Amino acid sequence: MSLALQDTVSQPKLAGDRTHRARQLTWLLALGLVGAMLLSLAVGASGASLWDGVFDLAMGRELSLRDSIILFEIRLPRTIMGVLVGAALAVSGAVMQGLFRNPLADPGLVGVSAGAGLGAIIAIVLGGMLPAAIQAAVGYYLVPLAAFVGSWFTTILLYQISTRKGRTSVATMLLAGIALGALTGALSGMLVYMADDAQLRKLTFWGMGSLAGATWSKVLAASPLIVIALSVSPFLARGLNGLALGEAAASHMGIPVQITKNAAILMVAGATGAAVAVSGGIGFVGLVVPHLLRLLVGPDHKYLLLNSALLGAALLLLADVISRIIISPAELPIGIVTATLGGPFFLWILLRQRGLLDM
Amino acid sequence: MTKLHPFFWMQIALSFVVFCVIATSAIAEEKPSRIVSVGGSITEIIYALGEEGRLVARDTTSNYPAEANALPDVGYIRRLSPEGLLSVNPDLIIAREGSGPPETVELIREASINMVEIPHQFTAEGIVLKINLVADALGVPEKGKVLADKVAADLAAARAAVKADEPKRVLFILSMTGGNIMAAGDKTSAQALIELAGGVNALEGVEGFKPLTPEAVSLSNPDVILVMDREGDHEISKEDIVTHPALASTPAALNGALVKLDGMLMLGFSVRTAEAVTALSQALMSTGS
Repeated sequence: MSLALQDTVSQPKLAGDRTHRARQLTWLLALGLVGAMLLSLAVGASGASLWDGVFDLAMGRELSLRDSIILFEIRLPRTIMGVLVGAALAVSGAVMQGLFRNPLADPGLVGVSAGAGLGAIIAIVLGGMLPAAIQAAVGYYLVPLAAFVGSWFTTILLYQISTRKGRTSVATMLLAGIALGALTGALSGMLVYMADDAQLRKLTFWGMGSLAGATWSKVLAASPLIVIALSVSPFLARGLNGLALGEAAASHMGIPVQITKNAAILMVAGATGAAVAVSGGIGFVGLVVPHLLRLLVGPDHKYLLLNSALLGAALLLLADVISRIIISPAELPIGIVTATLGGPFFLWILLRQRGLLDM
Repeated sequence: MTKLHPFFWMQIALSFVVFCVIATSAIAEEKPSRIVSVGGSITEIIYALGEEGRLVARDTTSNYPAEANALPDVGYIRRLSPEGLLSVNPDLIIAREGSGPPETVELIREASINMVEIPHQFTAEGIVLKINLVADALGVPEKGKVLADKVAADLAAARAAVKADEPKRVLFILSMTGGNIMAAGDKTSAQALIELAGGVNALEGVEGFKPLTPEAVSLSNPDVILVMDREGDHEISKEDIVTHPALASTPAALNGALVKLDGMLMLGFSVRTAEAVTALSQALMSTGS
């Protein structure tokens, strides 16, 4: 790959073809993810044992109602949701950083987080004003639904603003995203002011994110979008590699720049919108996972995207396991765990490898 | 079709009768013995009924009496974790209205664990109802009646001692972080207590606990300021009140009329509310005027 070569020339410390290493890492991460999934199924406040459960089922014995609910209605959907959300956030982060050629980019830049937050706040504060029939029909899915609609609405608005004559300006999108973020922030603030005590607490918890509310219906609702978005992402790899050289160079290389941009934005809005809707605001994963992998195996998106999905899923599951056992039987919101563990860790890497993060 | 032996039917009938006898006696005798209490006011009632021996866990808001803190904490009342609840193997969950999230409640019902929701109302009748419902859920209705009667009598006595001819204007301040005042408006537990104690809420036209503009604070013109008795950063001292620009000119600041009461005592609307009414009404009578 020409890109990989360029990179190694400018950064001799990372010299050498790291394709082999990247492939090895993929296997390692896949193994790690399986381990994290097993851990997530096995660990919890109740001490219900996964092995006993599996053994009993294998022997054809019925599980007790309590154990079967803990294993199949609480831990299993939660684990699957953790995998989906972690992968969605990490891959979206990697795609955004590639698209914007900006190491700080995360899905928030296309308005997804701000829009989802606004949607959630509207649903929490004003949801009570909806006709009773609608309330009864959507039940407690109103908040995720509103978050999802909000994230798509802002993304599409932002895309419209920054696209002229069929060309999307990434720079406009970046700046308009900040402006739109400020606007949605102000609207959210207004609604927060109107909120009562109970709604405020609900809002606070939503913002901290959690996988605790994972149910099969949420998993089923979020998975089609996340799975489709994730399966599209490998096709973006070549385009994103090309875009790293700048739009003009990429289009000279024969890369369909506009299609790549459209696909990337749609992919991120779909994956993150669905992930944020079911799990609330979980920060940090989308920003740090891709950087970590670039340091380890280089910026080639061909490996970066898949590895990001695996590492994002595994890390989120581990954070979730910590969140449920650290103050058991109560639970710590996962956003707090990812930020407290991830922040210092990321800083440490930055200090150790100063200068290597310039993309 | 083969004809069944007549004894077969007799056996069936007999075993059904035996089953019914066993089942009814089991229901009659077996009171829930592993109970989770969700909501500080519910926990207080369970302790007041002397049934705390059957508690296996509590929520974060349950911190009175102090012994309750020794029980495992299953999380904040609106953010209960399903596996956390199941982990203490409860056979009954007594929860204040508004406990959640709904996902957790749904899973608990699915696990066929009995969950009783107790309405949370800010009136004397509401407290009596609460006590009776908790006692019913515990299977000790007689004890509940005794406690409810006592609490109702205490409340009536506390109310009788209240002088309400010249009601004081009371502003309940929840927090003053950075000088921003968050106070209690209509339909709050704080307003209900103020009224029980013979005062009126100084803040009108606002619902719930709201951050206020300094002008609204000044306009409310309270005679007395009521706060929760807290320590550390959240403490609101007399100095905070006197030096706050919006409060400085109010009668409350001029007379130094600041009343501090324990938060759970004031806002729990449980067995100790009579105590709160007496404490607040005495404080109101002794300040200013």
